[in-house]
Formats: sequence, structure tokens, C-alpha cells
Amino acid sequence: MAKRGDWVKVHSIVLKAEERSSHLPEDTKKVPLEMWINGFLAEDAKLGENVEITTLSGRMVKGTLVEVNPRYTHDFGEPIPELLRIGPSLKRILEED
Amino acid sequence: MYEDVMKRRGEIVKRAVGVDYSKFEIEGVAFDYEKMMKEAAYSLDEIREIQFETQVGNTPLVELKNLTKLVRKYSPSGKGARIFLKDEAANPAGSFKDRRASVSVYHAKKKGYKGVIAATSGNYGAAVASQAAKRGLRCIVVQETFDSHHVGQPEILEKGRACEAYGAEVVQLTVGPELFYYTLKLLDETGYFDASLYTPFGIAGIETLGYEVAMQMKEREGKFPDVVLVTHAGGGNVTGTARGLKLAGANETKVVGVSVDLRGLHMASDRDFNRKSFTTGHTGFGIPFATFPDRVDVPRNAARALRYLDRYVLVTQGEVFFTTEALAQVEGMMRGPAGNTSLTAALAMAREMDEDQIIVVQETEYTGAGKLPSAQLTFAKKMGVVVKNGDPIEEDKPGEVIAIPESIEQVAVIEYPIEKLRKSYFKEIVKIYGKREYSDVEMKFMSEDTHTTFEDVKANLKEVLELW
Repeated sequence: MAKRGDWVKVHSIVLKAEERSSHLPEDTKKVPLEMWINGFLAEDAKLGENVEITTLSGRMVKGTLVEVNPRYTHDFGEPIPELLRIGPSLKRILEED
Repeated sequence: MYEDVMKRRGEIVKRAVGVDYSKFEIEGVAFDYEKMMKEAAYSLDEIREIQFETQVGNTPLVELKNLTKLVRKYSPSGKGARIFLKDEAANPAGSFKDRRASVSVYHAKKKGYKGVIAATSGNYGAAVASQAAKRGLRCIVVQETFDSHHVGQPEILEKGRACEAYGAEVVQLTVGPELFYYTLKLLDETGYFDASLYTPFGIAGIETLGYEVAMQMKEREGKFPDVVLVTHAGGGNVTGTARGLKLAGANETKVVGVSVDLRGLHMASDRDFNRKSFTTGHTGFGIPFATFPDRVDVPRNAARALRYLDRYVLVTQGEVFFTTEALAQVEGMMRGPAGNTSLTAALAMAREMDEDQIIVVQETEYTGAGKLPSAQLTFAKKMGVVVKNGDPIEEDKPGEVIAIPESIEQVAVIEYPIEKLRKSYFKEIVKIYGKREYSDVEMKFMSEDTHTTFEDVKANLKEVLELW
């Protein structure tokens, strides 16, 4: 259950596959144009319900409630073995002098 | 719905940009580019003032002595130019894009707009959001972020986070050029200013970068740089920088555009979208925008790279990751990978140049989660791209293989002949305008637009029309 005023993410379909631009590659043509926007929830609601939010620019936007307090999911990744030896090898060359 | 909005495109953009482009039209292909730049934008002095107010510009120019030393290990005797780097990450939102945003946002505020909208998945979003915060305007950034499985490109997710951190509303879409449709809808709904990347404001804002590079180098070494390397995507960076160099009097300085080679990947493909480890500064923008600049969201693009490019080279994704790692490890500067595209070319080109010559790489960008080589390569592996050590040119295959060099010696550039870009330019003109006859006025414009002679234009058009 999300409360009025919670920071949430809503989802909606902007264009169905058949409504999309005609100049698209085949794979893109088959799927809809989807959208996600974050904002403050207008009224208490459950996940999956149609809700209204106020965005950071002050707009009222409608959509399906998909996440409460949406997480930033990107990270720093893992150490990359293919990169790890670059530093030491360059430093060794510089130290030769 | 889609068609309705697209039909009203001209009217919406005119209100949202506030520039009457018809004033600059001459006939057919031709328009008065210099008049547009002069009348629609601001002078260099005004822009320096605008940027000073919001902390943009005057970034440090640093000499990369260790990288130069390493390059010389692999250069013939007497070769190995000095490499300098303009640390544009020192701008408030972390990239040279702050220069573009500063002028647009200033102008929007002056003209009484309540907010600004930018359609961008790049650093430009954070730049507009940051400048809007400084000038007290509302801001919406529209991004192409996810594929149809809701998998987000890490670099773009990070830029979305940054926009939100500066207080902007972020609209995240799946892959597709209809991003511009939704942007038009938002411009229409809100009445906000269209902070397009391609207005005279967006380009004039970069002139200070070229100007600073020239003046800082002159002050420091008593001469202008021999070569300035510019990462090339939509053409704004090349155009603005070259114009700024000329304003400083650096007329002999060669301007070289550099893009990451992503040839073979389709920019609007749902599948290809997340098989790119670079979301900007690549050939998917660099080639089409150089050959037909007016393919943009405003009637006439102020970014016209062919007018200014002396040479165009490509580098591979693996080479840029190598260079990013090297910059951190031997120069102590952790900067974003995409912003190191032109630095990568510098490592190769310095070997061809004399020791007393000077190369300036004119940008860096901030880095962090999502943008680091570790983040991008972890993601690439997850998407099925093979990441290996190897020959970065021979083994590279965009979307399939990223080959990371093990030595500076392996870092090389792929020449993309300017002549080839010019030929495509004429093909595009004939395709778009769909006619066989061109007036002298139109041909004079094309000669300026491609930096060739009137006779070259005639010959090129003749060649294209013979096959048409």
C-alpha cells in the first residue's frame, strides 16, 4: 500500500505498436513505446492501480503505480580482468626511466 | 494522436524556441547561416558573461605528461606531440554541455518562459537541469532509457539520476525516435522553452570552449595548438569549438572530429540499443548529422560539422576503455569514458606528429556509477557482448566483440575520409529536396556548407544526379 505523498514511479503506454512511426526497424516496430515517470502520489493506492502523481516539474501525470520509493538500479559494476593489468603495465614502463 | 502532434510540429517549435527561422531562409537548400548565428544568439562577450554568472567555463587546461611520455616510447625519433586536456568535467554538472545549456536557459529566463525541456539521454540533460536550478526555472528531461524488456542502459540511468538530483522531472521512454513526438507534446502542454541541442544558443555556448583553448594555450606556450581533437556526435561540439578557435584568431589550428565506431548497429533498434557501450560520441550520430545536419528538431541546425572538420577519425570502444583506464592510472584523472573518445585518438595521432607540436583534447566528463568502464563492461558482458584483450581494430565488432588493447602501441585510429562525408551530403540533398536543378545561390551555400569550392559542388551534384 502506498500512501498519499509517497515518492513513486508510474508506467504508461505512450504509443501502441500499431500507432508507432512507420520508419522503425522491425524489432522496434513490434513493441509499444513505454514510459516511466517519478512523482509524489496524489491518493493512497496499491501497486498496479491507476494513479495520479505530481512530478518534480509540478505536472500532474496519470499512470499505473509500479514502484514505491523507486531505487536507482545502476552501479559501479564488477572489476574487469581485461582492464586490470593496464595500469600496472603502464606504470612499469614509466618507472623504467 | 501521433500524426496530429507531428503535423503541428512547426507551430509548436516556433513558439517553444522563439526563433523565426523563415527570416534566414534564402531559397531552396540555401539559408543565411552566419546571419542566423549573429541575430538569433549572443556575442562571445555576452556569452562569457552569461556563463560566468552560472559558474560555467574557464576550466583548467592540463598537460598529460605521463601519457605523452608513454606515447613517445612507441614513436619514431623526434615524434610524439605534447598532449593537453581541457578538463570540462570541472563545469557544474560535469561536462562541456553546461556551456550549451547555459545560453539556452539564460535566454528562456529572459524571454519569460517558466521552464525548459530537453530531449536527451546524455550529459546535456544534467546540464540543462543544473542551469535551470541556478536560474530558477522548471525543467523536464526526456530520455530514451530502456529496451522493451525494461532493461536500462547504465550510462543513461546515471544521467537520469543526475537530472533528478538537480530537481528536474525525468521522462524515461523505451527505444524509438518518437521521443521527439512526446517532447513536442510536452512543449505544447507546458509552454516551456525548447532547449534543443541544435539552436544557435546551443552552439554559440560552445564557442567559449574553443576560444578558451586557444587563449589558454597562447598564454602558456606562446602559440596556438597545432591540432584540437573534438568528440563528434551531433556536430555541435565540432562547430562551436571551431568557431571559438577562429574568434581567437587560431586560424591555422586543425580541427579533427573523433567518433566511437558503432557502424553496423541501428540507432532505433530495440535489440541493438543495449549492445552499445557508448550512448553518445559515436558514428550513429556522427556520420548522419555531418552528412545531413537539418535532420533535427528545429528547422535549421546551427551545428554544421562539415564546415569545420579538417579530418575525421574513428576509434573503437575497447580503445576508449583502455584510454579511460590509462588516464585514471597514470594521470590520476578519473573521467567518463565517452568524454575520452578524442583523447583516445590523441594517443594514436601524437605518434605521427613532431615532439614540439601540441594536441589539445577539448573535453572530459564526470564519471561514476553506470558510466565507469567497470559498469559499462559488466553490462556489456551481461548483454552477451564478448569482452577480451586483443587487437582493438582487427577484432572489434560493435555489438558483438569489444577488444581492449594491452599496450598504447595498439591504440590506432580508423580514417573516415571527409570526402566520403561530403559525397553523402550531396546524396542526402538530392534525396531530401528531390530535384535535379540547383541555382547558383544554392550551390554557393552548399560550397560553404561542405567547405569546398563551387566547382566541387557542381561536380559532386553531377555525379549524384547521374545515378539518381
